[in-house]
Amino acid sequence: MAVEKFTVEASHIMMFARSVGDDNQVYYDEDYAKGTEPGSIIAPPTFAQASAQFDPNYGLRPSIDGDGWFGSGGKPSGAKPREGGGGGGGGGGGGGLHAEQRFIYHRHMKPGDVLSATTRPGETWEKQGRRSGKLVFSESVTEYRDQNGDLVVTAIGVGVRTERPVDQG
Amino acid sequence: MALQASDLNVGDTYTERLVEDLKRTQIVMYAGASGDYNPVHTDEVFTKEVAGYPSVFAHGMLTMGMTGKMVTNYVGDGRLTEYGVRFTSQVFPGDTLDATATVVGVTNGIVDLDISTVNQDGVEVLKGSAKARVDD
Repeated sequence: MAVEKFTVEASHIMMFARSVGDDNQVYYDEDYAKGTEPGSIIAPPTFAQASAQFDPNYGLRPSIDGDGWFGSGGKPSGAKPREGGGGGGGGGGGGGLHAEQRFIYHRHMKPGDVLSATTRPGETWEKQGRRSGKLVFSESVTEYRDQNGDLVVTAIGVGVRTERPVDQG
Repeated sequence: MALQASDLNVGDTYTERLVEDLKRTQIVMYAGASGDYNPVHTDEVFTKEVAGYPSVFAHGMLTMGMTGKMVTNYVGDGRLTEYGVRFTSQVFPGDTLDATATVVGVTNGIVDLDISTVNQDGVEVLKGSAKARVDD
């Protein structure tokens, strides 16, 4: 994932905090946040994930014309997944899943930050899984920097591709 | 409120209920906010008939995000320096999740925490660790 411009906005933080069920007002109310240790609204700890919204080629978002999207329409599947999917995602039987995620906070994101993100591949390894056949893990390291070039968050993600869907037994 | 190093002991725990009877709508909210529209999280038809799962399931990152609420409620706003998890089991609509932080050490103004989130059957769905700044 390469994101040239990820502008952190208070309304986006509000929607993200709601979606994870977090009603801490430091994510919603600037007046309240002024009285907290951070002194302003900050982003919840996993907010960096929402940078996918700002990746023009993110593979897990339908394109505007919907062409090539693999979710259901008139039929159960529209198409095969596009190449270049982000995160640990993917679709289809035995597709990719998100296995691990780690964030290192150099500071916490806040409204007004204009971030950019660059991702480099990390290690790749294989394992035999009990419930889903052969597992192929691949790591990616994303660095989020602010408009001054300072490192804000380092995100290390591990995706896993399974041979077949995970048994539910 | 920040934690005080002198009040912390190895083995201390803090637990919160993250969600009761997880709704598909919350998963949709997370898809919209995060931008991850993988249909295995929101599209029951696709997920059952193409992906081969019994129903849509939560984004791992939704579970990590919900668990993050417990962590930040414990350590205080802006105190987290590191937070990492493994997704050990899938989370489905209807699940009820409880998350626990356990103190494993306090050194040089940093508390080390083990993090675990379990569902209503006691199955661990997320396992991880976190570090946060604490007051002397």
